[in-house]
Amino acid sequence: MTTSIFYFVATLSIIFSLMVIFAKNPVHSVLYLIVTFFTFTVHYILLNAQFLAVVNFIVYMGAIMVLFLFVLMLLNLNKDNEPLKSTLIKVVGVIAGCCLLVTLAGALKATAISDPVVLRNPNLGLVKNLGKELFGPFMLPFELCSILLLSAMVGAILLTKKEKV
Amino acid sequence: MDIAFVIEKFVLVAIIFGISLVIAMYSTYAERKVAAFLQDRLGPDRAGPFGILQPLADGLKMFMKEEIIPTNASKWLFMIGPGLAMLTACIGTAVIPWGSAITIGDRVIPLQVTDINVGILYIFGVVSLGVYGVMIGGWASNNKYSLLSAIRAASQNISYEIAMGLSIIALLLVTGSMSLKEIVEGQHGWHWNVLYQPVGFILFMVCAFAETNRAPFDLPECETELIGGYHTEYSSMKLGFYLFAEYINMFVSAAVMATLYFGGYNYPGMDWVLANTGAVIGPLIGVGVFFIKIFAFIFFFMWVRWTIPRFRYDQLMHLGWKVLIPLAIANIVVTSVVIAVIEGF
Repeated sequence: MTTSIFYFVATLSIIFSLMVIFAKNPVHSVLYLIVTFFTFTVHYILLNAQFLAVVNFIVYMGAIMVLFLFVLMLLNLNKDNEPLKSTLIKVVGVIAGCCLLVTLAGALKATAISDPVVLRNPNLGLVKNLGKELFGPFMLPFELCSILLLSAMVGAILLTKKEKV
Repeated sequence: MDIAFVIEKFVLVAIIFGISLVIAMYSTYAERKVAAFLQDRLGPDRAGPFGILQPLADGLKMFMKEEIIPTNASKWLFMIGPGLAMLTACIGTAVIPWGSAITIGDRVIPLQVTDINVGILYIFGVVSLGVYGVMIGGWASNNKYSLLSAIRAASQNISYEIAMGLSIIALLLVTGSMSLKEIVEGQHGWHWNVLYQPVGFILFMVCAFAETNRAPFDLPECETELIGGYHTEYSSMKLGFYLFAEYINMFVSAAVMATLYFGGYNYPGMDWVLANTGAVIGPLIGVGVFFIKIFAFIFFFMWVRWTIPRFRYDQLMHLGWKVLIPLAIANIVVTSVVIAVIEGF
């Protein structure tokens, strides 16, 4: 049952991610990306990671993608007024894409050799357990991450300020 | 998973869906009556006695209107917009506990569709998705006023979600659980969370007004500046869906506020009533009390709409970012310190 749902949702994820790339209109692209994130939420639920699922739902679908859509709607990009990219940029893009493909293929091959990770506690994804892990053994990395995010936020605000602060 | 369980949940979902639609339908009627009352008028009184058939007449009118899709609109998104608005408005009710469990024979029927242990975050997620219906509809209309409205809706939603999330954090410090069922059970009798979190409640309520696009925060549908707002190009039942979704949102947020801060189905003296009325009538009285609280909140929504004028856009952003967010953070700090002192670190 779970396996078949996984394959179904995984197929959907791949189809919608492809649609993100192939959509001509940037706003359609973002909407497909939102659906892709929704399928990721389903994956998290299948993994019994309820908290991660709902946070993915709130943060990625509900906040970050709204801002993406917001910016794209303001820019109003059309096929007509978008400048054509030069050949050099296209070649560079293809090379970069191929590098990513090789890396991903290598990573996938490595997972086939190593044993898949088996969780000691399948309920790790529930809020209580996750909170205890995050604020216990992983306290320092967690706090460092939050300081990093805060500094990024302060930096962004500082960049938008015109007058000297 | 037996068949009885599936049927039980299916019936529950159907009842809740029906109730939310009927309440939303009669909210449109109540809104006019309340407006009329506050402005010393009569309000609708022609369709049926006291005008109670008015919502049906309105619905019929919506269905009979000509349906227009603008030539330059992106057709699919134009149609998806109102549907998405309705969908996100309706799915919020899935985690709300409507009453304590009913016992019939040896079967215990919980009056809640599902008790997920991140219920409050689910509500929050549904709220944050609610803006997509407005944004997609506004953009797909290919009309500058609709687009402006969609952008306003997005920035307003994002801004007030932060303060809402922070006010929920303070509430979670008090309740110690994210499951709505456990939050309600923690407020037994008169120990309602509003007594422990008055500032949090006010913050949450202001944000709920902003998230449901109700006056004084109805900037996305500000007629004087934007014609009709995001639904300028919509006609017929698609427009009806947008207007209807707003009333369902109002019902759901009233239910959420009653659940989180006003004790849900709890009321003073409930133990005595439960002990004396049995395992079916007792919980149903609780459901009745819960609905009285919801109606009180819906009336409050309407009362505010016809009392307070709309904010200017800069005032809206000022209130959201410079007043509510610092207040919410201060509320979290004070709550945590008090809890730490009481529990002796």
